[in-house]
Amino acid sequence: MSYVYADYEVKRDLSRCTLCGACVKQCFNGVHSLIDTENGKKLVSDESKCVNCHRCVSFCPSRAIKIVRSDLCFRKNDNWSDSVIKEIYKQAESGGVLLSSMGCPEKYPVYFDKILINASQVTNPSIDPLREPMETKVTLGKRNRDIRRGKNGHIICDSSPRLDLELPIMFSAMSYGSISYNAHKSLALAATKLGICYNTGEGGLNKDFFKYGKNTIVQVASGRFGVYKDYLEAGAAIEIKMGQGAKPGIGGHLPGAKITEDVSMTRMIPVGTDAISPAPHHDIYSIEDLKQLVYALKEATEYKKPIIVKVAAVHNIAAIASGIARSGADIIAIDGFRGGTGAAPTRIRDNVGIPVELALAAVDSRLREEGLRENVSLVVGGSIRSSADVVKAIALGADAVYIATSALIALGCHLCRNCQSGKCNWGIATQVPELVERLDPEKGSERLVNLLTAWDHEIKEFMGGMGINSIEALKGNRLMLRGVGLNEKELSILGIKHAGE
Amino acid sequence: MKKIDCKNLDFAALNSLIREEKEVELVNCTGQRFIGAGTENKRIKITGVPGNGLASFMSGGEITVFGNVQDQACDTMNDGKVVVHGMAGDAAGYAMRGGEIYIEGKAGYRTGIHMKEYGNKKPVIVIGETSGSFLGEYQAGGLIVVLNSQNSPKPVGFFCGTGMHGGKIVIRTETKPQNVSPKINVRVAGDDDLAEIEKYVGEFCKYFSKNKTEFMNSRFYVLTPDSKNPYKELYVQN
Repeated sequence: MSYVYADYEVKRDLSRCTLCGACVKQCFNGVHSLIDTENGKKLVSDESKCVNCHRCVSFCPSRAIKIVRSDLCFRKNDNWSDSVIKEIYKQAESGGVLLSSMGCPEKYPVYFDKILINASQVTNPSIDPLREPMETKVTLGKRNRDIRRGKNGHIICDSSPRLDLELPIMFSAMSYGSISYNAHKSLALAATKLGICYNTGEGGLNKDFFKYGKNTIVQVASGRFGVYKDYLEAGAAIEIKMGQGAKPGIGGHLPGAKITEDVSMTRMIPVGTDAISPAPHHDIYSIEDLKQLVYALKEATEYKKPIIVKVAAVHNIAAIASGIARSGADIIAIDGFRGGTGAAPTRIRDNVGIPVELALAAVDSRLREEGLRENVSLVVGGSIRSSADVVKAIALGADAVYIATSALIALGCHLCRNCQSGKCNWGIATQVPELVERLDPEKGSERLVNLLTAWDHEIKEFMGGMGINSIEALKGNRLMLRGVGLNEKELSILGIKHAGE
Repeated sequence: MKKIDCKNLDFAALNSLIREEKEVELVNCTGQRFIGAGTENKRIKITGVPGNGLASFMSGGEITVFGNVQDQACDTMNDGKVVVHGMAGDAAGYAMRGGEIYIEGKAGYRTGIHMKEYGNKKPVIVIGETSGSFLGEYQAGGLIVVLNSQNSPKPVGFFCGTGMHGGKIVIRTETKPQNVSPKINVRVAGDDDLAEIEKYVGEFCKYFSKNKTEFMNSRFYVLTPDSKNPYKELYVQN
């Protein structure tokens, strides 16, 4: 017997239900079943299996289903919440480490929601982006400050490799294995259409996707899955993954059950064997060691690819970023503690790391102070939820942002946070062929293109409102931001004034 | 074979010269890093001490070193052969997926860490003498042979095979290796195991002029993981 009760209830409106069985077909968790009784067929539900993903709700042709939070409760207690009690039951029953997915859902401050954006009034004109040119294109990489000339006076063009993006937004790392083939294909197609990049994560690059290389960032992480010469050369940039916002300081275990034939081919590991990424890179114990991997990758690709170093936002992030900026890396990616994941220990996800807004502001300030800001570009993620977050992040000092959860939501994710089960009814975080088929990459990519095209328009509206016509002029322009309800310390770290100042 | 004097060349300059050649001999090598990184079909002969990251991401070809090699040799090597007439520093063969490394002397810490095999790719490391701690940590495939040519009572250091979940470590020793993770099965090598290593021991003896029969007639212990899914029971869905 389990003490853990179902979180949700399935409400079926019998006056609408036609017993068509669509819910039975759509739910891979096996919540719904159509049974024969003396009085004919009947639909029954096993709530204990329901994850509240809304697949049945969306596919019920007569809109007869509703999933509601169970109002079964424990005695009210502000210290021992229902979830804390249930988690103790789960651990007492299994002895297991609690495993969750997607970003930290807990009640920590979201600084983006406490920052407001400026607009022009009277003293300088705003710009209408629908009629006037407006640039949201960005170039990431090291900027050479000195102009060097050859013997005959010509400028020597040996600038570092760059990453050109039509929008200051990229899809951040999600591996093939944690998400499906069709989800990857949707991202690749959308990135190509939008002129941006998606990121392989550390799951290797499927042979079919090499053709999207121009719009691909290939990742090298501690497990080195799928990393070989052609892979490194396939991408537009190479990302060294040192850490992830959802689980700073720990590695990853993709369970053997998710290592299907095709995932195994792509990761270059045996079928059915756990894919274990060690917590550290065992060749990197210092900034000097990081420099070594940066240059090993540059040497292996003949200095043609920018190198990104991705780290989780942790307490000493400014000092860490300062080190990375001296390592030869071209781009630093910072992943905030709200960043998503296919699976992470709950306690780590919800208690380790810091908000990306503070990390970004601290890093940008530190790099400027030390004269290193032009050495690197800054990309931030975890979590960017809207065009407003993009604008705020750029004004705080980012060159571009990474989005992943927003992209998955565009593909149909309902944030039920059960990716770790591998039974995603929306065909995103699964390797089960019949579920993967549910996501059409053409339609998926169209939804992603729609989302980012809309965000691009919104970003231009924001910029126009501020009288800015190039995203470059917004970068690090913290005067365009004001805080609301923030204390002196928070304002000083963010480097912004309070509203009204 | 073109000869390059490495004296006074930094790694970037040296490696760009190497890039132009199919076969090359490097003399006076003094710690230049990343030699052979990402190369596919080169033959490189090195006298001196190549620096960290030798043969990183190498995808074929052959590198012979007359001297010791520093740390992280053969990081994520995909194919090819590296023969070291000397010792190897730490983490040689990190995440190596294919090809072979032959080390005449000792190897440092974390040799063969995260080695893995896949399809017909199976990496092999043969260590002539002994290895440091954490040999074959997280090993997910491939073969590591420790020949212990000096008959040391401690052919491997501490924590041998920690986190291993695939592949095989074969150690030439009279006594059962100590300090092995409890999740590793340890047994005396059988005929199949010996048949598996014979080819590589033969290659080793060919490169370093050693007596193959003498090695093969010794007692070997074999280390294999007890599960390919070591963390299956670790978690509970939340």
